Amino acid sequence: MNDFFTLFNVELLHSTIRLSTPITLAAVGATICERAGIVNIAMEGLMLIGAFTAVFFAYITGNPWIGLLAAVIAGGIFSLLHAYATITLHLDHVVSGAVLNILALGLTNYLLILAFGHPGTSEPVPVSLAEYQFAVPFLSQIPVIGPVFFNQRPIVYMSFLLIIFFTLFLYRTKTGLHVRASGEHPLAMETIGVSVYRIRYLAVIISGLTSGLAGAFLSIENSNVFTSGMTGGRGFIALAANISGGWSAVGSFLASLFFGFAEAFQYKMQAARLLDLPSELFVMFPYIATVIAVAGLVRKSRPPKAVGLDFRIEKQAD
Amino acid sequence: MEREKRKDGICLRMENISKQFPKVLANENISIYLKRGEILALLGENGAGKSTLMNILYGLYRPTCGQIYINNHEATLLSPKDAISLGLGMVHQHFMLIENLTVTENIVLGMEPGSWGFIDFKKARKIVKELSEQYHLFVDPDAKIEGLSVGQQQRVEILKALYRKATILILDEPTAVLTPQEVDGLFVVMRSLQERKVSIIIITHKLEEVKAISGRVYILRRGKLAGERVTKDISKAELAHLMVGRDVVLTLNKENRITEKKPGFTLQNLFVKNDNGVTALNNLSLEVCPGEIVGIAGVAGNGQKELEEVLIGIRRIEKGNILLTGKNISRYGVKKRIQSGLSYVPSDRYRYGLFLSMKVSENILASSLDRKPYVNGINLRLRVINRRSEELVTMYGIKTPSVHEPVSNLSGGNQQKVILAREFSREPVVLVVSQPTRGLDVGAIEFIHSEILKMRDRDTAVLLISMELEEIFALSDRILVLYEGSIVKEFDPGKTSHKEVGYYMTGGGER
Repeated sequence: MNDFFTLFNVELLHSTIRLSTPITLAAVGATICERAGIVNIAMEGLMLIGAFTAVFFAYITGNPWIGLLAAVIAGGIFSLLHAYATITLHLDHVVSGAVLNILALGLTNYLLILAFGHPGTSEPVPVSLAEYQFAVPFLSQIPVIGPVFFNQRPIVYMSFLLIIFFTLFLYRTKTGLHVRASGEHPLAMETIGVSVYRIRYLAVIISGLTSGLAGAFLSIENSNVFTSGMTGGRGFIALAANISGGWSAVGSFLASLFFGFAEAFQYKMQAARLLDLPSELFVMFPYIATVIAVAGLVRKSRPPKAVGLDFRIEKQAD
Repeated sequence: MEREKRKDGICLRMENISKQFPKVLANENISIYLKRGEILALLGENGAGKSTLMNILYGLYRPTCGQIYINNHEATLLSPKDAISLGLGMVHQHFMLIENLTVTENIVLGMEPGSWGFIDFKKARKIVKELSEQYHLFVDPDAKIEGLSVGQQQRVEILKALYRKATILILDEPTAVLTPQEVDGLFVVMRSLQERKVSIIIITHKLEEVKAISGRVYILRRGKLAGERVTKDISKAELAHLMVGRDVVLTLNKENRITEKKPGFTLQNLFVKNDNGVTALNNLSLEVCPGEIVGIAGVAGNGQKELEEVLIGIRRIEKGNILLTGKNISRYGVKKRIQSGLSYVPSDRYRYGLFLSMKVSENILASSLDRKPYVNGINLRLRVINRRSEELVTMYGIKTPSVHEPVSNLSGGNQQKVILAREFSREPVVLVVSQPTRGLDVGAIEFIHSEILKMRDRDTAVLLISMELEEIFALSDRILVLYEGSIVKEFDPGKTSHKEVGYYMTGGGER
């Protein structure tokens, strides 16, 4: 039993933060997207696209930063498909998202063979972002908090900054106010001359950019290869994190920590071999955590009123 | 020439406006003008094309043909943005407010003060405060919209238009949701705006309002202009004739019947929660006798929706009982309540009243399709169903090509008649009717009112829930005022006034 308690150490918290990062990034994107009224379940696919693009460009240029940038851009571009389908073509949000996930899986598998000549896994990138891990001077000296939060890798730090940025964006800026209003009462926005379409396009693209970044984390920061289907449902977990986080950036972050913890904990349990159980059982942890969280652990806040609903401007008169 | 026209003070002209929707011609060759500082009424029934015309003016719809001139310049209104920049402001019938934002945020939305993309909330708050003092439209700038009364929300809408420097204000059915006291307040605001040279167009279907507030009136009928009059030169009866195209009986002939107090429908100390888990009906008790219509008056949101749902059987009772001729039906499901003699006309006929894409026959017999003579084992007896449906269609004067037509293709009035036919033909002991005439035209309203009275005369106990005081007064034998989930007052409609009932609808506070 003592062995069990030794699992709870600073290292576990450190990996909790690290492993929650891709979920945080995608969840913050989902927050912006759903606040504007668009349901984005395509984030799983967007992450996959980001992960592949990151490896590809990091591999051919030898520079992981170029890989990172390419992943973000690719996520943004791919998300345009979702925006076009749901906003301009008025397709059901869930249908469009589901289709794009399948497309992303097929596309990355195909490009993997095309680029690296074999399925399954890519060649490792020469330099991964893991090598850029650094301790923030002074802050990393704080006991517990220091090593947990401030001795991390680049994209982890970026996720911290993005949470602050998107919180300010939503509650302090004009565009942020428009995003919040578009998801509540789009017609009201049109009657004061603000284009809901434009705001929603922006919001979907933002979720594409953050999902792309989340993908880059998976392939060139937390690992150094791209593996087919490597996102493992994290896009959907992010959606759950956004919901249990009450559609706010900070809430999404906190909920993502919960999922990150579940994942970190399962790795620990697998490695520690305290219980004589098949390791697959532990792998289920994060997913069970998702089910519990969404099934009603947190259900205080209400969703944006118009989320998931189609919006057309010229309607038939009464 | 230009200067001469300015002298007439005409600030807006719409010329030969037509609007063709896929199925209907909503506006046909309509020309109107508006003078500076004038209060102009646009009178017409539901579906006459008033809102369409104003939505064209506001840039929400594009006219099929016709021109609009604002201050004698031809205006191309491609979006509300264009309309706003030309000094137009519109208060829509369904408010365009974002409920979880504050008053200040709603007013400045889209034109926020501040720089670098950030909002200067301090400045915004100050502007809103000054504006509301300047126009005597008092409202707390920091309050969230969801916590405001309908009257206050309307003030926010007017402030929103004034913040955008509107000189022409369009009010779409502004009194539909207000209490008599709030209506008076609105008229005071309108007059003070008029003194500041704001021109106002008020869309309405209520004759009293046209007489009370407007200087001039255009009457619209079936998408066409039926007349233009100076308000003081025309009587209510003449207005009604122009609006409907025939003479209208303005008051229902309803003899009061003396009923003996027999148990009909009794609610005992009902406690019910709303969707958010907050108490919506608070110790509500009432009784309806056979052969009596009891009207529930109240401002929307005081428990009407919950009352309706709990009676139908789709909302849980926390405490209390519902008795139907002495029998406790509180624990009955919907089907068993119907079998015990309960009928209802729901307020939201699209959500709870009809299967829109299904046939008239399937809708008109929906609640009987589980029993003889309509079924035989598991088979529907289509011939019997069709014959009975046809009978009902004739009996209730439903205009439909056939009983196989999808209900969605019928007009609002005929859809409501389908529900009436289904519910009334069951010969119920108790009838719950909620908002039976919302959005319908005069002809349909007359028919529905007379059918409800007929049910009463057949000794049915009728509970009428309505936000329209007119309707409550026209039909009820007794009026009960619902306020914050309780019955706060009982009235005899013959011995009270709209005003007095209005006081109690707002908790007796705004006297």
